[in-house]
Amino acid sequence: MRTALVLLLLLALASVPGSLFPQRSADPNGVVQYFRNRPDIAPFMDALQLFDVYSSVWFSAIYLLLFVSLIGCIIPRIRHHLKALRARAPRTPARLERLDHHLVEQFVVRADADRSEELSRVIAVAEQQLRRSLYRVQRYDGRGTWSVSAERGYLRETGNLVFHAALVGVLVSVLAASGFTYTGQRVVVEGTTFVNTLSDYSSFNPGRFVDTAALPPYSLTLNSFDVAYEMPGTPGAGQAGNFAANVTIREPGQATGRSDTVRVNAPISFGGERIYLLGNGYAPTITVRNAEGGVIYQESQPFLPQDSMMTSLGIVKVPDGLPQQVGLVGFFYPTRGMLDTGASASVYPALVNPVVTFNVFAGSLGIDDGTPRNIYTLDTSGMTQLTGADTGVSGIELRPGESADLPNGWGTVTFEDISVDDAASEPVRRFASLQIQRDSGAPWVLLFASLATAGLITGLLVPRRRIWVKAVAVDPYPGGLLARIEYAGLARGEDPQLASVVRRIRNDHLAALATELPDDTAKENTP
Amino acid sequence: MNTATLDSWSLLAVWTAIAVYMLAFGAYSADLAQRSVRNDRPARQPALVGAGVAETARRDPAQTSASEEGADRPRQPRFLWARVGTSLTMLGFVFHLAGALMRGIASGRVPWANMYEFALTGTLLIVAIYLLVLLRYDLRFLGAFIIGMVTLLLGGATVAFYVEITPLMDPLKSVWLVVHVFVASLATALFALGCGLSIVQLLQARRERVGSQTGRNAGPGFLRTLPRTETLESLAYRFAIVGFIFWTFTLIAGAIWANESWGRYWGFDTKEVWTFVIWVLYAGYIHARATRGWRGTRSAWLSIIGFSAVLFNFTIVNLFFKGLHAYSGLS
Repeated sequence: MRTALVLLLLLALASVPGSLFPQRSADPNGVVQYFRNRPDIAPFMDALQLFDVYSSVWFSAIYLLLFVSLIGCIIPRIRHHLKALRARAPRTPARLERLDHHLVEQFVVRADADRSEELSRVIAVAEQQLRRSLYRVQRYDGRGTWSVSAERGYLRETGNLVFHAALVGVLVSVLAASGFTYTGQRVVVEGTTFVNTLSDYSSFNPGRFVDTAALPPYSLTLNSFDVAYEMPGTPGAGQAGNFAANVTIREPGQATGRSDTVRVNAPISFGGERIYLLGNGYAPTITVRNAEGGVIYQESQPFLPQDSMMTSLGIVKVPDGLPQQVGLVGFFYPTRGMLDTGASASVYPALVNPVVTFNVFAGSLGIDDGTPRNIYTLDTSGMTQLTGADTGVSGIELRPGESADLPNGWGTVTFEDISVDDAASEPVRRFASLQIQRDSGAPWVLLFASLATAGLITGLLVPRRRIWVKAVAVDPYPGGLLARIEYAGLARGEDPQLASVVRRIRNDHLAALATELPDDTAKENTP
Repeated sequence: MNTATLDSWSLLAVWTAIAVYMLAFGAYSADLAQRSVRNDRPARQPALVGAGVAETARRDPAQTSASEEGADRPRQPRFLWARVGTSLTMLGFVFHLAGALMRGIASGRVPWANMYEFALTGTLLIVAIYLLVLLRYDLRFLGAFIIGMVTLLLGGATVAFYVEITPLMDPLKSVWLVVHVFVASLATALFALGCGLSIVQLLQARRERVGSQTGRNAGPGFLRTLPRTETLESLAYRFAIVGFIFWTFTLIAGAIWANESWGRYWGFDTKEVWTFVIWVLYAGYIHARATRGWRGTRSAWLSIIGFSAVLFNFTIVNLFFKGLHAYSGLS
């Protein structure tokens, strides 16, 4: 017990740093930021695994030791409990009056009655009564005493053991399932289709034993994305809600698919996978033409929201078709407004006054050697800035349907208004950020956690107690013999009710004696 | 009546409740002061319900059952200020409940969806549990602690965390908001009572220790009118185990909700970490009670540390730690 206690306290203590330092598992950007802000101590912290607390050597050591100690503790206890379950209730102690809960009553055995038979019957009544109350009972008669020994509450230890065993179950399920679990993220723009293969994911974290080539084959089309915003001037103005990604899922060879809606808190299941809605944003449709007017780039490029009013940041990369590789760093404002500082910002998340602005960079995008690059960032180290900042050339600013010239007469860039010819209701497409995952361990974890709770409740709240009722013939009495009936209780573990239970058993027993024994005996013995 | 008006009525009710609680706190403090100056009464076991735990059961059923159920009855007219405190607490509770109900009706949802509302409902449950427990155990000596804490939390939250009613954010639109947060608040209330008892237990243990060694009185005089250490300890334990069961349920309900909302049942988010830390601390407390050398004073410290972690989780973690549980409604 002392070992378990020390390990538990260590576990609590060791969990705390994980909330003080950003964790790679929960907040990878926070870790990057920490390295940037504190380059002096970050590597040292990293060496101590403070950014991976919950998979660290020291944290794992504590919980593994805890579970080793737990298993080492419950196995002998299970054995002992199994034995106890088959054992008889223990022999009645010779001196019940030593117990904390002890009551004595007197009982008169008439002279004409058989003393042994009479007292045996008195105890038999108690025995029946205790058995009815789900006690395990055992008679111990002899040497002038008659007694019943009763025990109940074996469920307490059973619950206790179930709780601890179920905790092992939880841990094993978590560890075992982690090898077969995978989570992938993907951004899907309205009107486009995502195919469930590894290459179509923007990020994918498989467990060790996941066969990434055998994902369930289906495609998912985002037909439309709905969102509602609180009106300006109301409390919570601009707050977004009622997100709904209306999707169609098709399996190979199927013409018509299954239409469904993914909402927050309401993932959909398909092929053993669950599809979650994690985020959303705008994907302005941008066209770049060269000097001759030929289209060299056209995409609805997702712009990632930077604030709750959906000021969004996006990158357009044009690797071919212009004299140099070109990167456009863009901001999208669904409702552009001016801050006091003179900077632009979106002041409302819906499309009231949509504007996109670009700064143009030319040079090398850094993709020619095949290095994979994040489509949401631009590495400007090999590039020259052509507009904005201190170039003296003002940046590009476009409203839906507008075009502007690229610097040096290289061509034009257009912010398409898709409501013109796509019959879309809004000029800008939206995107949904989906998470697709399979976690076959979760139901097991839930099962064991429920078992643990059930075990906990019975293990903590069911009282385990022993009760004895004993009859002893003591003194001669006018017209018979005076006997003593003793009632005693012993708590095994926490049992706040014991005193009143012993009293109730005494009262019930006396009441039962009064009804069961012949009238004249009862009259004499009614308390 | 529109939303804003109803909310302003709710706020008025809450402020009234705070004012009444302050008076109740004053009355309970006066009660403790009065208990302290009564030198004439011998140091003995008061008729606290459940005090029979370690006591040999008495023979007379009528007498014992009276001491068991009737402790809050006028059998103890001498604690006048405590009765005033309890009456004021009930009055404050009525306003408090009205405030929470009106807030809920005005917002059209459960009144525990942001930091102000957590505090409003959480403290309401603490008072509710305290009053309920009074029906069975005379714990009015905890009134100053419980009502003092509730006044601070509720007053602080109303001053610092009050926000207008805004529609529910999407992730909170779930039946688990009702279950998970409510059960967590219930557990908090039980832990609060357990912690209060553990504090008194420590004081009492010191008084008994010093008293047996030197014959002097140590600590505040009102301790003489309170139950013995063992009684306080077993009561504290009883509240803590029920709280622990609720907390376990909170943890599991939270994991189920996280699996629906975030696509994983456990991710060591800061709030998850602290919920886990609290669970482990109370698991440690329960083990300590069964460990030789840890019963009594040491386990009482664990109960106090556990509840401190609960308060830390509710305040500091909500406000200053970065994580997914960003529903304080404060910017």
